[in-house]
Amino acid sequence: MKINIKRENIVCYETNLENRTLLEVLNEIKTTQDASLAYSSGCRSGVCGSCGVRVNGKEVLACSYHVQEGDFAEPLNNASVIRDLVVDMDRAYSFNAKAKAWQSSIVDDVLLSHEDEKLGEVQSSCILCGSCYSACPVYAINGDFLGPFSLTRVWRYVSDKREQNKKEKIDNIQTNGIWDCTLCNACTLVCPQGISSKADIEKLRARSALFGYMDPNFASFGFGGGFDGSPVF
Amino acid sequence: MNRVIVIGAGGAGLVAALSAHENGAKVTVITKEYPTRSQTSMAQGGINAVLSDEGSDSVETHIQNTLKSANGLSDEKAVTFMCKEAPNAIKWLDSIGVPFSRNSESKIAQRKLGGAYAPRACYAQDYTGLKILHTLYDRCLEAGIEILNERYLLEFITNKDNNSKNFVCGVSVLNKRSGEVEVYEANSVIAATGGYSRVYHDYSTNSLSTTGDGVASANRAGAKLSDMEFIQFHPTALKNSSILISESARGAGGYLLNSKGERFVNELLPRDEVARAIYDEMAKGHDIFLDIRHLGAEFIENELPQEAKLAKLYENIDPSVELIPIKPAAHYTMGGIEVDEYSSTSISGLFAVGECANHRVHGANRLGGNSLLELVVFGKQAGKSAAIYADSFDKRADLSGQKKSFEDKITKIKEFSSEINFYEKQRELGELFYKNLGIKREKTAMRTLLNEVKEMKAALPKMGVSDKTKEYNTNLIEFLEFKNILELSELILISAISRQESRGAHFRVDFPLLDNKKFQAHTIIDRDGAVSYED
Repeated sequence: MKINIKRENIVCYETNLENRTLLEVLNEIKTTQDASLAYSSGCRSGVCGSCGVRVNGKEVLACSYHVQEGDFAEPLNNASVIRDLVVDMDRAYSFNAKAKAWQSSIVDDVLLSHEDEKLGEVQSSCILCGSCYSACPVYAINGDFLGPFSLTRVWRYVSDKREQNKKEKIDNIQTNGIWDCTLCNACTLVCPQGISSKADIEKLRARSALFGYMDPNFASFGFGGGFDGSPVF
Repeated sequence: MNRVIVIGAGGAGLVAALSAHENGAKVTVITKEYPTRSQTSMAQGGINAVLSDEGSDSVETHIQNTLKSANGLSDEKAVTFMCKEAPNAIKWLDSIGVPFSRNSESKIAQRKLGGAYAPRACYAQDYTGLKILHTLYDRCLEAGIEILNERYLLEFITNKDNNSKNFVCGVSVLNKRSGEVEVYEANSVIAATGGYSRVYHDYSTNSLSTTGDGVASANRAGAKLSDMEFIQFHPTALKNSSILISESARGAGGYLLNSKGERFVNELLPRDEVARAIYDEMAKGHDIFLDIRHLGAEFIENELPQEAKLAKLYENIDPSVELIPIKPAAHYTMGGIEVDEYSSTSISGLFAVGECANHRVHGANRLGGNSLLELVVFGKQAGKSAAIYADSFDKRADLSGQKKSFEDKITKIKEFSSEINFYEKQRELGELFYKNLGIKREKTAMRTLLNEVKEMKAALPKMGVSDKTKEYNTNLIEFLEFKNILELSELILISAISRQESRGAHFRVDFPLLDNKKFQAHTIIDRDGAVSYED
C-alpha cells in the first residue's frame, strides 16, 4: 500500500501493511525504512492528542484513522511546521491562557447534580489534539483569534456552578473571541471527541447577551443599512 | 533563588508543580512532549477514596485492601497516610473543577474496582485520568507556572557537598526542536517521569513514551532504585496492538474464553492471578478471547464505547457479535526511584513522585484506582518538600562546563556506526522480556536474557542513529530512550533473579511459594547493580 507524506517534498512510501492505522504505518516506515521521518504520537488509543495530522485535507488522529491506498498525509494547519508532520503547538496552546480557560478560584462544597455534571461532560473530554484549531478558517484573517478549543474550554468552566466569576470569563472573550467566529462549523466536523466548539461559542454568545454584550458585527451595521446600502432589519 | 524544576508534566508532575508554587517556590516544569499528552491521560478506571463513613466502606478497609494487594510488601505507614489523605485529595480535585461523575444524590459517584470491598473509585465518566490531568494543566496556567515543552531529559546534575553527600543542582535536557543541549540550574528537582513498561515494547499497554527516562537518569546520578522486578500485567490488552481493554469489561460480566470456547478462570480475581491463568492457557497453545457479546449491543454502546471503538479499529471486529482477541500486557511498574516519607530520594534535593517513584504503597501488586490517588497525595507532598528544601538551599555548584560535556556525548552517539537497526533490537528485547521476564519467570531463562541484554548494551556503538539532523531528531530521542530501557532491563533482571520466591506480580516457576522469612523486604539496587533488601 502506498502513502504520500508531505515533508520538504512529498515523499511516497510503500508498506505491506493492510487495514492498519496511520500511526502503525508511520511506525513501520520509521523503524524499517526511513528513520528520519518525524511525527508525534503517544497513547495509540485516541486520548493523548499527540498525533493530530491532516489526511487528504481533513484533520484526523493518526492512531484512529485507517490508511487507504494513496492517502496524502500532511501536518496540521495554522501552526508552524517544525519538521515533517510535527508542528509547534506552543502558540495554539497559549490561547488557553489568553482565554483564561480555567476556574477563577478554588471553591469548596458546591453541590453538583448529575444534570450539572452532564452540562460540561462533552466539553471536558477535549484532548487538545488541535484538529479544530487546524480546521478553523478564521486564522487566515485573524491570527489572534482565541480559537475553538480555548473557547470550548471557557464554556466548560462558565457552564460549571463552581465558577464564581462568570462575568470576568465572559468579559475576557469579547475581543478576538466569540464574535470573530464565523460559525462555519469546520471545527465540529473534525473533532475526534464529538465536541462542537461552534455550538459552545453560540452558547457563550447567548451568555454574553445576558451580561449586556451585543454582536459587534451586527451593531456596526447600525441603522445605516448593509454593505449595499439597503436597510438591514 | 528558590527554583524548583519538575521533570515531567503528567498528573504527578503538575500536582507537584502546583504544590511547590503554593509553597513559595519559583517553579519550572520541563516535559518531553506537552502537558496533557502524558500517560495519566490514559487512566480510565478511577481514583480511590472513602468519601463517607456511612455505608459499608471505611478508610481502614481501604488501607487493608491496599496492604493485601501489596502482598506484604508495602509500608503500612505510607499506605495509611495515602488512604487517610484520599478524601482530601478528592475534595481538592473537586474544588479546582474536575468534572467527576455524580450520582442521583448530587454526590461524587463511585464504582467498584478489582480488589476493593466497596465502590470506592471516583471517576469522571470514561475519562478519569484525562479530565484530572487537563484540569491540573488549567490550574498551572492560572498560576502562571513556567512550562518548557519538548525537552528530553538527559541527566540530573549532581555535585558533592562538604560532607561528600550527593546533591542535585540542575538538569541537562535536549531541546528537541533546536537540537541544542540546555542546562538548567535548580535548588531542587522533582522527577515525575513515569514508569518503565515500554521495556516490554509491543507487549505494553503504555504510551510509546513511557520509557523510564527519569528512573534511568536517577540511577546514573546515584539514586537508589527499589522493587524493580514488580511489574503488573493487565489481563486484557488487544492481541495485536496491546491496547488496553478496560477492566470494566470484565466487571460488567465479560468472559474469558480459550480457543475451544471454554471459560478457564474466575474473571474477577486479582489481575496477577487472571494474567497467570491466561498465560497457562496460551502456553497450551490456545488463543484467548474476551467475550462481551452477551452484554448486548446497546449496553456495549452505552457503557463500553471506547472499548468497542478500539476493538473495531485495531482488531477489526465488532465486539457485540464477535470475540475480542486478547493477551496480557505490561501495564504498571510498581518499582522505581526509592523515596522516603518526604518523597526525597537518596540524593539531596532530588525528589520523585508518581509511577517513577516507589513510595512503597503498591508493593508487589497495585490495587486499581490507587495510582491516580498516589500522584495527587504524594505530588502535593513532593512539591512542598522540594519548595522547603529549595528555600534553605545553601550549596554552590559550577555548571559552566556541563553543556559542552553533554554536547560531546550527543556528538559521539551520532558517530556510532548504525550498522544494526536499534528498532529491531528494541522489538526483540520486548519479546524476550515478555517471554522470559513476564508473567512467569525462571532462573535459567532470566540469566540467558541478562547476557543478551549485556550483549545489546555492548553493541550500542554499532546501533546509533541513521538520521544525523540536528533539529527535531526523533530517531536520536528514541535511541536515547532505548539506551535507558536497556539500562533498566539489566536492573530489573538482576532484581528478579535475586528474589527467589513468588509474590504478587513476581511469579517464579522455580520458587512458586511466598518466602516471608527471606523476602518480605524491598529489593534495593544501586548504580553498580548490587542488590540488598530493606524492610
